[in-house]
Amino acid sequence: MSFIDLSKNEVQCKVVYYGPGRGGKTTNLLYIHQAMTEAVRGKMVTIDTKGDRTLFFDFLPLALGKIQGLSIKIQLYTVPGQVMYNATRKLVLKGVDGIVFVADSLRVQKEKNVESLENLRQNLAEDNIDIKEIPLVLQYNKRDLGGSNIPILSVEEMEEDLNQELQVPWFTGSALKGDGVFETLREISKRTVKYVSRKLLSR
Amino acid sequence: MGMDLVLSKESIDNIINVLDEDLLRAGADCVLLVDRSGNLIVNRGDPANLDVVALAALSAANFGATAEIAKLIGEDDFALLFHKGKNENIHFTKVGKGFILITLFGKDVSLGLIRLNTAKVTDQLIPILGGEQ
Repeated sequence: MSFIDLSKNEVQCKVVYYGPGRGGKTTNLLYIHQAMTEAVRGKMVTIDTKGDRTLFFDFLPLALGKIQGLSIKIQLYTVPGQVMYNATRKLVLKGVDGIVFVADSLRVQKEKNVESLENLRQNLAEDNIDIKEIPLVLQYNKRDLGGSNIPILSVEEMEEDLNQELQVPWFTGSALKGDGVFETLREISKRTVKYVSRKLLSR
Repeated sequence: MGMDLVLSKESIDNIINVLDEDLLRAGADCVLLVDRSGNLIVNRGDPANLDVVALAALSAANFGATAEIAKLIGEDDFALLFHKGKNENIHFTKVGKGFILITLFGKDVSLGLIRLNTAKVTDQLIPILGGEQ
């Protein structure tokens, strides 16, 4: 749920990075954190990380400037991707205003991507949110592995697996190198702010 | 889905008055009102060196996690949480269904006083946050 503070003319929204385990959600946030100046971003919080997996969530607040006199603050969260941590995912999804689904281009992750997207749909539905209504952007991550000897999925195949029904904007990415990270962030921010303001106007 | 929260300047001022009057004057170092999705609504007191935005997000998560513990033992939720440190303590109280009041206080302030005053503050905040309950 977004929060609008009329005494400061400020809107706060929550964007969650979702997707299968080890797909690059935390790497997206780390790249954003490194690339942005301190004036724009707050401190990145990573908790309960055991090895390279997120067990609870990562958190990064950003101030994205003003739209029509209203300061936009967006808080980025990641969820743990591993199947067993669904309770934690539901917790982090609470009050979500926009979602980035980070899909893994590795061919061996083909089914995990589909499962994770289905899990997102179910978790949202439990909160009475329709996946087709909430702002959602897909990122096909790890494209930099194309050309190496590791088998990866083609973009067409990922589109067919994940986006055939949803028809949402998508970006190819390499979170490690930063490719596509800001394009994804820009698109989800734009859509989230629009979505929140439309909901507000209809009140 | 949780409704979005819009607070007017007047409501924010009312919240600030309540927090200042009943908690800061009672000796609390810092008081925050956050929602359960992690948004910081108001913070008062002296948050020098304190990352209040991160505190809001972590507190909401902490509350969510303990609510799951509550369910395991047959409760719906816990109404308050308390963490004791060497010098600084932190007290969390549920405000209605959607909000959390976070109070930081030092070792020379009694927990009983904080509990008493947070209960009073909670009663005053609920009508201000009104439609969101």
